[in-house]
Amino acid sequence: MPLLEVQDLQVRVEDREILHGLSLTVNKGEVHAIMGPNGSGKSTLSHVIAGKPGYEVSGGKVLFNGEDLLQMEPDERAAKGVFLAFQYPVEIPGVATMTFLRTALNAQRKARGESEYSTPAFLKKVREVAKSLNIPQDMLKRGVNVGFSGGEKKRNEILQMALFEPALCILDEMDSGLDIDALRIAADGVNALRSPDRGMVVITHYQRLLNYIVPDFVHVMSKGRVVKSGGKQLALELEEGGYAQFEDAA
Amino acid sequence: MDAVLANTDTAGAVERVFAVARDRLPGAGKVADARRKAFEAFKRAGLPHRRIEQWKYTDLRALMREVLPLAAAPDSAALERARSALAACAIEDAAKLVLIDGVFAADLSDVAVTGLTVRTLREALEQGGAELLSSNASDAMISLNAALATDGIMVEVADGTALSRAIQIIHVATASRSSTVTRSQVKLGKAAQARLVESFVAAEGAKHYQANDAVIISVGDGAELSQVRLMADSVDAVNVTSAMLTVGAKAKVNVFNMTTGGAVSRFQGFVTLAGEGSQLLVGGVNLLKGAQLGDTTLIVDHAVAECFSREMFRAVVDERAHSVFQGRIIVRPDAQRTDGKMMTRALLLCDAAEADNKPELEIFADDVTCGHGATAGALDDNLLFYLRARGLSEKHAQALLIEAFVGEAIETIADENFRELAMAQAERWLGARS
Repeated sequence: MPLLEVQDLQVRVEDREILHGLSLTVNKGEVHAIMGPNGSGKSTLSHVIAGKPGYEVSGGKVLFNGEDLLQMEPDERAAKGVFLAFQYPVEIPGVATMTFLRTALNAQRKARGESEYSTPAFLKKVREVAKSLNIPQDMLKRGVNVGFSGGEKKRNEILQMALFEPALCILDEMDSGLDIDALRIAADGVNALRSPDRGMVVITHYQRLLNYIVPDFVHVMSKGRVVKSGGKQLALELEEGGYAQFEDAA
Repeated sequence: MDAVLANTDTAGAVERVFAVARDRLPGAGKVADARRKAFEAFKRAGLPHRRIEQWKYTDLRALMREVLPLAAAPDSAALERARSALAACAIEDAAKLVLIDGVFAADLSDVAVTGLTVRTLREALEQGGAELLSSNASDAMISLNAALATDGIMVEVADGTALSRAIQIIHVATASRSSTVTRSQVKLGKAAQARLVESFVAAEGAKHYQANDAVIISVGDGAELSQVRLMADSVDAVNVTSAMLTVGAKAKVNVFNMTTGGAVSRFQGFVTLAGEGSQLLVGGVNLLKGAQLGDTTLIVDHAVAECFSREMFRAVVDERAHSVFQGRIIVRPDAQRTDGKMMTRALLLCDAAEADNKPELEIFADDVTCGHGATAGALDDNLLFYLRARGLSEKHAQALLIEAFVGEAIETIADENFRELAMAQAERWLGARS
């Protein structure tokens, strides 16, 4: 059974249809890159999979391990192992990062019927992961993403990914706002999480990110559909010829 | 026409309340004269209504309709219920001073506290202390309080004394459909230090009662007062509390008010900064649901130069509830180099929820730094979605954001134990939501 199966998905926002029958299958152990110009519906796809309100699914299905994902609340999806690394992680003043991480992790574990983490075990785990991502301890004491730089915000997303150990990771424009050094640290963090038990969907504008996170499959999106799929070399073709060559196909 | 009729009717009812209560109220001679004068003042004004600017959003004439007869002295069954309510709200290590249905309960109180002089208002009035019934604020509810006050706590901390234990004044209501009227006094001598908690709780079964409390606080030069007021009355009760606070020079005052109870509640604070170089920090949180109305009205009067004041209010309004915040900073002509700011923010959790924020500055001096801000809004959907995408249920995500929102005001409480008390009350309120 595929990890994620998107079948002929049609999505509207208000009166506008954004996705016009998108299909995508991700198996465990695979990394899929989704590329496409602005407005092609890449972020909409990630939001619909994560359960963001405001989108109307007018057709198609999204199955996660065979279960109908669209019937689940966003928190149920998270507990089942769906993780969206946000393009623009929000700032939450007054909620300390450490409190947030523990609350979220324990909420997910509780929903799965697992025991809550003890504080020492949790702290040990967070410290280990934070260290590998170059996240200083004082950042964890601050409000969630409050005063974080762009790179720090993205690293905080990857920290959560490492901590929650999701089965499916969707990385929405992880490279936006990152310089080369920050990008490398973030990509190393993601690569460390590649596993035969986990699927990943990497959404990006640019081929650059895919030099660091090398995908197994590349899909080109245009006007709300996947218009071409291929191996990692497809990204290089795109880099050379641009998106225009696929526009007609849509 | 309607208003006039309502007024006459209210006045008639309250006259009967006063006539019945008169003989059992403590104090004769000058005290009785002071009561009569206060009652006349109340009768002229009647219950405050919407055409009185300070009561615009809290129309007691419509909300209270009448002043209920004074509660009878609690019987043994009532005392038993009061005991359980006390056990739930008593703070460890604090010196407890308990008023049950407006009557001091000596056997439930700790009157022998090192450094503290404790008397009751009843004793003081019986000894002729008519001045205790006057105050520097003019308001019909304060006049009514002076006319009908049955008892109260009078504590005094001598010059230079730092109390090691916190004082907790606990108001327990056990009676239903009756009113309690209390008046207390807190005096801090020069360089004295005290920590004060005022708790308002309802014993099981106490419903539809009216509490009218006044507390007159004076803080001496160089003294430090840390105070929290935790209002957790029955959700069908009316509570009007007036605090008159006078602060001397180079004093530090840190006060906080939290309201989660009451169908109608009004906390009105009148602070006079009367000595130079003092610092005043006022925080407050109203957590309201159902059809509750919670009103916090605060007037900070910078009467002299070189004082610093900060006010930080948060209201969380759920369902059809209504929160009111009125804050006025007055800077008198001589109060140069005043630094006074207030910020009030309301969080509306439902479309039917209402918040009225009214900040006002009245500045008569030219060399001052003053400011105010007021906002009202809903929880941020993007923040909620982020938390939900991380596994938090809708209620849990809301609770975390609400906690953070009120936390900003709770953090104005310098005393760590007091901060925890306020946080615990907020958590109880949030816990009841989910």
